[in-house]
Amino acid sequence: MLENVKSVILVLSGKGGVGKSTVSTQLALTLKERGFKVGLLDVDLCGPSVPHILNLENENIHQGTDGWVPVYLDKEQRLGVMSIGFLLKSRNDAVVWRGPKKTAMIKQFLEDVYWQDLDFLVIDTPPGTSDEHITVMENLRQIPQCSAIIVTTPQEVAIEDVRKEITFCRKTGISILGIIENMSGYQCPTCNECTNIFSSGGGKSLAEISKLQFLGCLPIDARVGKLAGQGLAAVKELPDSTTSKVLNDLVTVLAESIQNGS
Amino acid sequence: MSNIPENAPNHCPGTQSEDAGKASACAGCPNQNICASGVPAGPDPAIELIKNRLSNVKHKILVLSGKGGVGKSTLTSLLGHGLAARFPDKNIGILDADICGPSQPRMLGVRGEQVHYSGSGWSPVYVGDNLSLMSIGFLLGSPDDAVIWRGPKKNGMIKQFLSEVEWGELDYLLIDTPPGTSDEHLWGVHYVAGAGVSGTSDEHLSAVQYLSGAGLSGALVVSTPQEVALLDVRKELNFCRKLDVRVLGVVENMAVFVCPNCKSRSEVFPATTGGAAAMCEELEVPLLGALPLEPLLARAADSGHSYLQLQPPGSQTLVAMDQILDKIVAACESTS
Ligand SMILES: Nc1ncnc2c1ncn2[C@@H]1O[C@H](COP(=O)(O)OP(=O)(O)OP(=O)(O)O)[C@@H](O)[C@H]1O
Ligand code: SF4
Ligand SMILES: [Mg+2]
Ligand SMILES: [Zn+2]
Repeated sequence: MLENVKSVILVLSGKGGVGKSTVSTQLALTLKERGFKVGLLDVDLCGPSVPHILNLENENIHQGTDGWVPVYLDKEQRLGVMSIGFLLKSRNDAVVWRGPKKTAMIKQFLEDVYWQDLDFLVIDTPPGTSDEHITVMENLRQIPQCSAIIVTTPQEVAIEDVRKEITFCRKTGISILGIIENMSGYQCPTCNECTNIFSSGGGKSLAEISKLQFLGCLPIDARVGKLAGQGLAAVKELPDSTTSKVLNDLVTVLAESIQNGS
Repeated sequence: MSNIPENAPNHCPGTQSEDAGKASACAGCPNQNICASGVPAGPDPAIELIKNRLSNVKHKILVLSGKGGVGKSTLTSLLGHGLAARFPDKNIGILDADICGPSQPRMLGVRGEQVHYSGSGWSPVYVGDNLSLMSIGFLLGSPDDAVIWRGPKKNGMIKQFLSEVEWGELDYLLIDTPPGTSDEHLWGVHYVAGAGVSGTSDEHLSAVQYLSGAGLSGALVVSTPQEVALLDVRKELNFCRKLDVRVLGVVENMAVFVCPNCKSRSEVFPATTGGAAAMCEELEVPLLGALPLEPLLARAADSGHSYLQLQPPGSQTLVAMDQILDKIVAACESTS
């Protein structure tokens, strides 16, 4: 499974709404801008948001001879996207598949997509140590080139759930690349004063406690929020933003890790 | 909720049907393996148990969202405190049904409390004179422990929560749920709402059949203003409609931010598609109100203090909460 993929990156959190999908899509877009061949797999069966964020809502996936053909964002096919969202009829539909069926669906998503050769496959996961998670983890733990990035927000309620997720990774044997803190602070557009709406520093101290690498803080940036729905890369549209700097640094870390690995 | 995937053949019996994956139409369907893996089940005696257990609870309200992290738990605890303060003679309960990431023990400041099991069931933890809480968080050892349970076990846990907590007489029971149209939801809805219909149906089948029962007062649906959240919330509303769960209304959370320095208002999560108001109009559900993005509320949740007790002067949040409570109370009273 996924033999043609050099590195599989799972984007995880324990807490909902910490911005995993935003991080996953912006990470995939940054990797693409930096010249890599990238796949983005959205395994959130109940609330797939990747098609909306990348402005691919009306696209369809096709069954090819080698498996499902992903939707490509660009003509050069540097970024391929696969999401359950492409299989749903209307944006208001929710797929209510129960446990065992979900498991089989995810398996199919992992095994039956024809990705071609990829440098990175970014997997956006649903929140919580849910069934979806367990299935994804069980299927990917045997893959040596798989590792996880943990996304958290700074406040205690979130950190608590993320600690559970770290334990979960360790139990499953998935290696963790590091922790990224999202929604760190908000800069007032009028006076530029930065308010730590959700307190601050939680991600960094979590990284220290858990002995994991800290990959940086992404601020709350309404401009980045507005890129959702347009499929635009922050590193291209907002090159001077903190967001772009953190994403670029992250890609540098990832690029080194595949060089060391292969 | 779509029972028939787009890629299914014409005579697809529906992914939730007993024949899913086994009907003659299923031969050659790309989803056959998925559908065939479903486990059938028989009628469930728990329905009756839960019905009896919750018969002393007047109003049962599910707090849902579809999207994670939009503030379901924060709103649940705020409303719990709000109801308890408003009605000193009534009893309010909170059931934290998020068994993967229970946040109520922390938010309500009762982390580490012990729950006791007696002959009549689990006793909830008292947060105040008339506010009690039951959460899976009380049954976990360390904060690092993850509950790694598969669907059926989770359902068992929720079933147990619903059928074995000794709430006593309650006027309001608020049920905080995990994000998404996930299994936990279905089960919560199924059991609570089903209190009233006895187990004639296959529990694996759609929960709709149980919903003719008068168990559930309705659902509060929480959203934030941006489209990425509304997308999921629309699905959740659709889900409620399909299951015949009454939607008491939508609460928009984290709507505006007032800068503590210059007092100007800004949209942190831009409502590029008109926010919750436009969605409510489109889907014809009531909008109950909007809570601002309030750093003090986040702080209160982290530290386990009641936001009401912090008595923030001139708080927009309290004004908004009161209006939301008025509407919830009115909606609940109108049904009983
Ligand atoms: N109006 C608000 N102002 C400021 N912070 C808020 C507000 N509402 C929620 N928060 C904060 O946002 C975070 C997420 O909220 P909460 O945990 O209630 O979300 P949830 O919907 O229950 O998440 P999950 O889907 O993970 O259960 C918390 O840290 C909370 O304190
Ligand atoms: S396998 Fe059968 S039930 Fe499942 S989608 Fe296909 S036709 Fe429908
Ligand atoms: Mg919650
Ligand atoms: Zn300001």
